[in-house]
Amino acid sequence: MNIDFFGSLPLVAIWLALGAIGIVIQAFVRNNTKLVFGYYVGTLALTAFLAILSSGAKGSSFGGMIVLGGYAAYFDVLFCGAGILAMLAARPYLDRLNAELDEFYTLMVSAVAGMMLMAHASNLVVLFVGVELMSISFYVMAGFLRTDIKSVESALKYFLLGAFATGFLVYGMAMLYGGTGSLDYVEIGKAVSNGTATYPMFLAIGTVLMAAGLSFKVAAFPFHQWAPDVYDGAPTVVTAFMSTAGKAAAFSAFNPVFAAIMPDGVGGITDTMRLALAVMAAVTMLVGNITAIAQTSVKRMLAFSSVAHAGYLMMGIVAGTAYGHSAIVFYLTAYMFMQMGSFVIVGYLEREQGDGSDIENYSGLSKQHPMLAAMMAMFMFSLAGIPPFAGFFGKYMLFYAAIQSGYTWLTIVAVASSVISVYFYLGLIVKMYFTDAPGKKTTFATGTAGFTIAICSVAILLLGIFPWLLTNIISTW
Amino acid sequence: MVTTYVPLMIMILIGVIFGVSNIVLAEILGPRRRNKAKLSTYESGMEPIKSARERFTVKFYLVAVMFILFDIEVIFMYPWAVQFKELGMYGFTAMILFMVLLFSGYLYVIKKGALRWD
Repeated sequence: MNIDFFGSLPLVAIWLALGAIGIVIQAFVRNNTKLVFGYYVGTLALTAFLAILSSGAKGSSFGGMIVLGGYAAYFDVLFCGAGILAMLAARPYLDRLNAELDEFYTLMVSAVAGMMLMAHASNLVVLFVGVELMSISFYVMAGFLRTDIKSVESALKYFLLGAFATGFLVYGMAMLYGGTGSLDYVEIGKAVSNGTATYPMFLAIGTVLMAAGLSFKVAAFPFHQWAPDVYDGAPTVVTAFMSTAGKAAAFSAFNPVFAAIMPDGVGGITDTMRLALAVMAAVTMLVGNITAIAQTSVKRMLAFSSVAHAGYLMMGIVAGTAYGHSAIVFYLTAYMFMQMGSFVIVGYLEREQGDGSDIENYSGLSKQHPMLAAMMAMFMFSLAGIPPFAGFFGKYMLFYAAIQSGYTWLTIVAVASSVISVYFYLGLIVKMYFTDAPGKKTTFATGTAGFTIAICSVAILLLGIFPWLLTNIISTW
Repeated sequence: MVTTYVPLMIMILIGVIFGVSNIVLAEILGPRRRNKAKLSTYESGMEPIKSARERFTVKFYLVAVMFILFDIEVIFMYPWAVQFKELGMYGFTAMILFMVLLFSGYLYVIKKGALRWD
């Protein structure tokens, strides 16, 4: 058994901190959320630091079940960053609702551990453990406001449908194993590209089931129905975290699995699957964006737009090229910042004004809170894919990757649905800037959530103007 | 190939026929002499007093979940104990790590008072 201790340090660090020390601290220190919060933020920061250190040490450990460095290390940093940003936003949010418990941060860190495992997996069983660790934490977090009926409803919906999707996923894994005789990504890839699969029929069934299970996790059509309800009902900081980092984690697994199952130039079943994914991506974008137009709640609108973004991201998987994969990684990073930022602002205004996140609440926001409105506008422009923000360059890379692989029709659909999406993104900006506020001006302090919003907006500006800062890093692995 | 599964198919078929035929035969051949005691929930046990659809306190579930956790821990320890020498230091560290993690969770459970009954 050969283990690269240095490379697996980030994983080990977060697990030990989570499992052993963090929980013991919570057991002995009562009602000291400040300490627990600081401890977990520190843990995530340390893990991200270790991941950066170990990013050069490429290889595998635990008998080839876990890959290290490069791709995985990048996602480690992304997930830890998302965790820190979400925690900073969560503290004032939960504090206001009188729902801040130590366990919230524990759940968040355990979700991050699951995501890291998903990105590190090079074996279907490890992937499954990661998916479950992440999903179970999400189920609990979605129902964290347990006296709020909407939160409970969203947790139950997510749990029931999620358990069902996990069933698909496991069944798909079993079928892939039956078809190729291996659970290892590389071995499965070899069996597919050499045509040495023992039972090609099982392989085909397994591929379809895996696609179904993973599409559920990324909220792609026709498995997207849970997303709006769950994202709407869950506490907004949880939505911010699971619609960004959760989606990124699902794509970090979707990408290598389908790169293995659908290698280039095999033809036959692989081409059919690729076409099926392309159709799914196209319908996802259209359904997400068109349904988002009809929403009156900003939170639901963002939820549907998150479905649409899953469609854009799937274009990179359909393309299947190295460029497509780096486009996914770039867009995921950009998406994380812009979606997290806008959800945090939504959560922030929602609790400030008492009642939900209806779009009417945003009228005249530019006069009441000019800074907040400006940042929200920035996030909206970025989500719509308008330069000079990060969303533009991410979309450009994804569209270009699809065209390169000959999916011009998919790109045309994507551009068309992007144009549709401009309607509701700009609709919100119009509401904020060109209508008058009905109520009086309220003042409030942002608390640590201000950091999250500020970091997100700086990041999408930086990535939009200097995209090579990130593309250079991505191209080195 | 598929032919290797033929014995399994026969086995499943016999199993289904055996099960179904027993139920059907008992229905057809069995005598029916009903009385009150025979039709009660537990023929020779406790007298049922009210509906079973009640809400149970969550403490029962907590204990059940805890039981499963440590039950599984022991299940993992058996093969490790059997293969102790072959697994060597690697197995030992892995197992210690596993137990430390579980134990810290146990500490948390006790400190939070999850096992306090009243």
